Amino acid sequence: MIDLKNVVKSYEEGIRAINGIDLHIDDGEFVFLVGPSGSGKTTIIKLLTAELKPTSGSVHVNGCELESIKKKKIPYLRRTLGVIFQDFRLIDNLTVYDNVAFAMRVIGASNRQIKKRVPYVLELVGLETKSRRLPHELSGGEQQRVAIARALINNPAMIIADEPTGNLDPQRSYEIMMLLEQINALGTTVMVVTHEKELVNRFTKRVVAINDGKVISDGMDGYYAYEE
Amino acid sequence: MKNNNVGYLLRSGIRDIGKHGFMSFAAVCVMVACLVIIGGFCMISYNIYCMVSELEGESELLVLIDENYTEAEAKSVGTQLSQIQNIKDKEFVTRQQALDNYVEKHADPSAFDGITAETFRDRFVISLEDYDKLDETIAEISAIEGVAEVKSPNEVINSFNAIQKMLTVATIAIMIVLSIVSLFIISNTIKLAMYDRREEIAIMKMVGATDGFIRFPFVIQGVILGILGGGIAFGLEWGLYNLIGNRIATAGSLDLFTVVPFSNVVWFVAAAFGVSGLLIGVVGSLISIRKFLKV
Repeated sequence: MIDLKNVVKSYEEGIRAINGIDLHIDDGEFVFLVGPSGSGKTTIIKLLTAELKPTSGSVHVNGCELESIKKKKIPYLRRTLGVIFQDFRLIDNLTVYDNVAFAMRVIGASNRQIKKRVPYVLELVGLETKSRRLPHELSGGEQQRVAIARALINNPAMIIADEPTGNLDPQRSYEIMMLLEQINALGTTVMVVTHEKELVNRFTKRVVAINDGKVISDGMDGYYAYEE
Repeated sequence: MKNNNVGYLLRSGIRDIGKHGFMSFAAVCVMVACLVIIGGFCMISYNIYCMVSELEGESELLVLIDENYTEAEAKSVGTQLSQIQNIKDKEFVTRQQALDNYVEKHADPSAFDGITAETFRDRFVISLEDYDKLDETIAEISAIEGVAEVKSPNEVINSFNAIQKMLTVATIAIMIVLSIVSLFIISNTIKLAMYDRREEIAIMKMVGATDGFIRFPFVIQGVILGILGGGIAFGLEWGLYNLIGNRIATAGSLDLFTVVPFSNVVWFVAAAFGVSGLLIGVVGSLISIRKFLKV
């Protein structure tokens, strides 16, 4: 669950990236967060992952109060989140299997747990036959699936996808979005940050539009309401 | 950190040493050089300390009694000498004994035929508890009524003490400078490994790795480099010390110097090098990690 109340984030240079945002996302929701470049989308993700602290207001994510969270508690918050990036961020010299297993190792899972869970998640994202491949041997869509598998591996309460289809063609983008929808159907909250109007329009989901650090529309219309 | 991870993290740390082989090699070499130099200064300082201690142990003060005192009066001065705490032993030597000892030391006793015991003074031969308090003790003895003069071999001891003090200062200064050099090179080696893995570290942070988990392989890397450097430096120090020690022992002109056998200090040196290597490795790695953990 995400709950942002009157959140302001100003950078040292005096730039106000977030300007009093209120946003509530319930468990199990699928939400598109849309807006032009520089509207504050990335800052919101950084606030949700505790990379940044708000200048004022409150940020609650999966039961943690991030405006006052202690540094040593941040890793435990991040284990409740699965983050997916536009550039996949896979480790080049690790196989698909090891890239996914890596995220389990980090939280101290045993080899037995890893051997049981990784094949299951790879199957979920349709990569069970490519587990021994290196990232550069995969297509962009497949690499993003590995990133999704890695985000899912620790069974997070929420997936945050930052432009997950930015590097993919429309067909692969649609497939990735379908995969995220399936994951959402299994009960995981999904928040997708994107620029892609066409893609958003193909799904009937809640769309939160932001501009100049403010929420300018929030509805179930499934399109860029703020452009209307 | 959970036990499940220890093997993985150890392998990860060792792998990075091989991955940056040249830098690791350079780091170990610099560390070995630094430790050998520091160790060399410490060993010279220790040898001089031992020499001074030996000289002090062998050195005795000569307390000459006023020539107008009778033997009985001279002997009574001993009571006051006993009250000085730093005096360990004292032996009274009469004028006649002093003459006999003097004649005995020379090859031709007949050369001293005309000399009488009156030429000499009654005296006490004294050894001290603590030669660091030599000057104060001489002053106390000199203040006793009936003491004409106090003779001590303090010039040689003082010279060695001065050399030892200078060496100690030089050793500490060199230790600080070379430790910083070692720390710098180890920290740079670790920094290079961290820079190489910065994206991996960012991913680790994003998936919920604790700082301890991320730090561990780099600390292991530092520890291994440190202990390796310490171990090689120890072996080299041992070899060089014995080599130089043997040269000094066989050089006739250096009779004054007795080199302390390395076996007397081997465990101490091994521990010192091991701990230094370990500390340099751990501290060097920790100071380079902080920057990369700010994600």
